[in-house]
Amino acid sequence: MPRIVVEVMPKPEILDPQGKAIASALPHLGFEDFSAVRQGKRFELTVEGEVTDEALAQARRAAEEMLSNPVIEDVVDVRVEES
Amino acid sequence: MAETPLIGDLGASPAGAALDGARIGVVTFPGTLDDRDAARAVRLAGGHAVPLWHADDTLAEVDAVVVPGGFSYGDYLRAGAISRFAPLMSRLTEAATAGTGAALPVLGICNGFQILTEAHLLPGSMIKNDHLKFRCADQVLRVENTSTAWTSQFTADELITVPLKNQDGQYVADEDTLARLEGEGRVVFRYVGANPNGSRHDIAGISNAGGNVVGLMPHPEHAVEAGYGSEDSTGMRNGTDGLTVFTSVLSSLAGSDAAGDSK
Repeated sequence: MPRIVVEVMPKPEILDPQGKAIASALPHLGFEDFSAVRQGKRFELTVEGEVTDEALAQARRAAEEMLSNPVIEDVVDVRVEES
Repeated sequence: MAETPLIGDLGASPAGAALDGARIGVVTFPGTLDDRDAARAVRLAGGHAVPLWHADDTLAEVDAVVVPGGFSYGDYLRAGAISRFAPLMSRLTEAATAGTGAALPVLGICNGFQILTEAHLLPGSMIKNDHLKFRCADQVLRVENTSTAWTSQFTADELITVPLKNQDGQYVADEDTLARLEGEGRVVFRYVGANPNGSRHDIAGISNAGGNVVGLMPHPEHAVEAGYGSEDSTGMRNGTDGLTVFTSVLSSLAGSDAAGDSK
């Protein structure tokens, strides 16, 4: 089944407390090369049959109106992925 | 005053209360957990608590609504995000944004505040506390706006103590929104002392432009009864500062802000 993948990230100017906590924990495990981490969300919307333009448009609207909160998050990608 | 019924009894109201008859709806979503405390606070203030269910399509002719705290839908997606789409929230949004004078007073507490921001009844949003921990403590607040439906019986700049308990309590908004809130006097409650969660401008609670919709993170409904409230100078758990939030709305509904000092 084809899937539409939606990726949502916290806005750059919004402090991401979870990402910051992960960044500060990485060196404890010997991962020294990363100066910052930001944690986002990935949604997979499964479609029966073909991904129509209508389905893709609906996914974009869901991403803007429900899957993300525009006050704190950006929709960074909405794309079709064939499994 | 007649004995107040136990927490489980949502319908009863104390007999002979001055403002008996004002109907304050208390919304329950799957995962709400402070609805019974909110209903009890309404009754102790002299109102009639009306249980509202998230799937209802009517507000049952209530005079005001409390959206209480908890973890509606387990806070999945984002805190308050899924609750926003409940049928009752459509009715609530319509009633709360009606023309001036007729607009329904709505109070969102903690998760209720998060729901009101997701519903766009209040600006901004809540993100995880800057220290990432669940914080539970008595919290001192300054009441900075006494002209809202829910704060009319406080005195200007009054300091109150109520419990705070949350994990996603960091209030954020862009600079323009913060400037507008400050400029229009819409910061209603501000944290005093150490900021407990990193909220911008130490904001604990805000209102909409009309002053009928108020949201705050700390819990006034947990400080309405001596023996169960926050700690204050009068003794352990004796604090009842939160009760004034509920007497304020009853007073606003009665159309008489001079109805008497409840404290």
